[in-house]
Amino acid sequence: MDIKRRNFLKVAGISTLAGLGGTAVVDRLVAGAGVAEAAAGGGHGAQQASAGAVRYGMVIDVKKFYDDPGLGDKAIKACHQFHNVPQFPDKRDEIKWIWMTHFENAFPEAPNHYQDEANQKKQLPILCNHCDNPPCVRACPTKATFRYEDGIIGMDYHRCIGCRFCMAACPYGSRSFNWREPRPFIVDINQDYPARTRGVVEKCNFCVELVQIGKLPACVEAVADSKALVFGNLNDPNSEIRQILKEKYTRLRNPSLGTLPSVFYIV
Amino acid sequence: MFEKALKGNNYYWMWLAFLGFFIAVAAVCYLRQYFFGLGLTGMTRDVSWGIYISQFTFLVGVAAGGVMLVLPYYIHNFKAFGRITILGEFLAIAALLMCMMFIMADLGQPLRGLNVLLYPSPQSMLFWDMCVLWGYLLLNVLCGWVILTAERKQVAPPKWIYFFVYLSIPFAFSIHTVTAMLYCGLPGRHFWLTAIVAPRFLASAFAAGPALIVVIALILKRVAHFDAGKQAIDKMVTIISYAAIANMFFVGLEFFVGFYSDIPGHKHTLEYLFFGLEHHGHVYNNLVPYMWGFVVLFFVGIALINYPRTRRDNDLWLGIGCASIFLAFWLDKGIGFVLGGFVPTPTHEIVEYYPTINEIFITIGVWATGFFILTILYKIAIGVEHEVEA
Amino acid sequence: MYDSGKIIPGLIVFVLFITIPIWYNRGSAGAPPKIELPKDAKTCVLPAAEIRAKHMQLLNVWRDEVLRDGQRANIEIEGKQYPKSLMLTCMKCHTSKKQFCDPCHTYAAVKPYCWECHLAPVE
Repeated sequence: MDIKRRNFLKVAGISTLAGLGGTAVVDRLVAGAGVAEAAAGGGHGAQQASAGAVRYGMVIDVKKFYDDPGLGDKAIKACHQFHNVPQFPDKRDEIKWIWMTHFENAFPEAPNHYQDEANQKKQLPILCNHCDNPPCVRACPTKATFRYEDGIIGMDYHRCIGCRFCMAACPYGSRSFNWREPRPFIVDINQDYPARTRGVVEKCNFCVELVQIGKLPACVEAVADSKALVFGNLNDPNSEIRQILKEKYTRLRNPSLGTLPSVFYIV
Repeated sequence: MFEKALKGNNYYWMWLAFLGFFIAVAAVCYLRQYFFGLGLTGMTRDVSWGIYISQFTFLVGVAAGGVMLVLPYYIHNFKAFGRITILGEFLAIAALLMCMMFIMADLGQPLRGLNVLLYPSPQSMLFWDMCVLWGYLLLNVLCGWVILTAERKQVAPPKWIYFFVYLSIPFAFSIHTVTAMLYCGLPGRHFWLTAIVAPRFLASAFAAGPALIVVIALILKRVAHFDAGKQAIDKMVTIISYAAIANMFFVGLEFFVGFYSDIPGHKHTLEYLFFGLEHHGHVYNNLVPYMWGFVVLFFVGIALINYPRTRRDNDLWLGIGCASIFLAFWLDKGIGFVLGGFVPTPTHEIVEYYPTINEIFITIGVWATGFFILTILYKIAIGVEHEVEA
Repeated sequence: MYDSGKIIPGLIVFVLFITIPIWYNRGSAGAPPKIELPKDAKTCVLPAAEIRAKHMQLLNVWRDEVLRDGQRANIEIEGKQYPKSLMLTCMKCHTSKKQFCDPCHTYAAVKPYCWECHLAPVE
């Protein structure tokens, strides 16, 4: 309790100072608020990863999802079943953590009018990018969405007030809102993971509850045979994911925004 | 001074009852929304803010607009505004209360609203918006009340109040600037991601706020024997004209940047708002009539308030002109700006938003509550004026 | 006193009104709730008196440690590992929310919002 109160006073005091002291102080506060100062380097083409021993990331092999249309369903089903993601009959209420979409929707910055016809109808999975420089975390007025030290962008559903600022801030459309009570719409309930209440925002959490006890995310596990999804530590030069990134040409979604996604696509 | 709000003629009570009816309807609608969730609105995961937040955005402007009376009177000693600065201050109070009600109506977990104070997050623009909105509200309550009390006692206002009066001027600018920063700091929303949002917001606010005050002043002249004075109205019309034209200039610049650079991301929302956006063979255009309504009403309004015969000789035409400007900028900012920004979605799909009946009644109810508060505040202010004159 | 004929009855009505909870519930305080303790588990994460008084604080501390700080290391009691979790630890022994949680909460008229998201064991 004491520590919390002290933190509160600290922030309150600094906020007052910032209000009086102008933008310089605000800038320093923003940098100090747990947001990696990586964006500056992005403009020069050099990927500036945040420091720290661990930064979790994922590589998605798009071709494998193109070749085997059942693969995406498997990953989605594993995720949504594990996390009690509800299935609403009305699309307006829709909640999704990971889903399949077309290339042009996943990479709107790269429209290609002469795309190969065979692949145009096929779909690839998209999910929260767990950005190193996350706009949603910056926008959240209660720190209900935040960045773990290992790079995962988490959600604290206890704290979310449902203002949906993060949904406006996310440039990938990765966030969903509980427009109504979700419990009746959970198809196959998993008794080992909570559901959500109405009025809070939710999204993919990179299976933080599994990853932080040394397991793999549910979607990665579900398609493990195919190696279509590879998960690992981006800050460990010897990790499997780094070997793949070294060998293969990968793309990020909307790289010009400087958000530094942690999800890479082999296209 | 509240007793002044308790005495009025039949029209006064009928007007309050009329507003009270809509407030009651909205209360029922809000309870429905409270117990069901925001699923009762037309919002979706793709258009995640609807008319609540767009009304909020517009009303922050109305609140800030009051400063166009305060500033000339206190900084430039423009005496003609002496009688009506209180109208600006009280309008700001009512508008800010509406803003806060719209925010509360929009929260998914309204009971957790105080988490914003419990976990202050200075990196979030919403945190700063809360600070400046509350600050401006308290400043207006304080200044309005102290100055009105002094006027009633027919003494000069205490010296210390001027500190707060002067402080309220930068606060007025800051509320709309920070509200603009809610939008213009978001990556990936091209329509909002432009440095001109804040100036444009201020321009339209400085037109819409005073326009509403002129309309109200003209009504008060007929129903409450309160004459704002020819000189004051004339000056306000000048302010409205310049501010309105500045807003249109900024809108024009948005069009230039979008269509001359020809970058799709910069054009999409403008196309959607004004011409309809074609996507996979379907043209999405549900906001087009509103946006052309905005343009037409602007020209009608600006003509009526600048053509000498309609401005000087006839209160009705002047009122219609100012109402047109107000309505035009409501369409621009209270409909187009916020809702348009969500089209297309980050994954380049198009989802159109239609508010539900429940949502519309809540919105009407919040407006009615605002005008209810405004009526009572103006009744008090004018009651004091009459008392002093008698 | 002026208007004592109005003021005194007014005060009485006011006092009666704000004491509604007391006289409305008079005599219905009832017996303390009986809860069903797990049959096979002998130890809890804290001594009985402490967990009874402070389980809500403990749950909040666990929540913040696990969810916000990522400190997911298990706690060890008598050589057995337990995750810091309402659903995965508490409710694995106390398998009935109806028999264990609800009686006291109803008696104390508290409505913990845990269950709006967290799932009670199937009964």
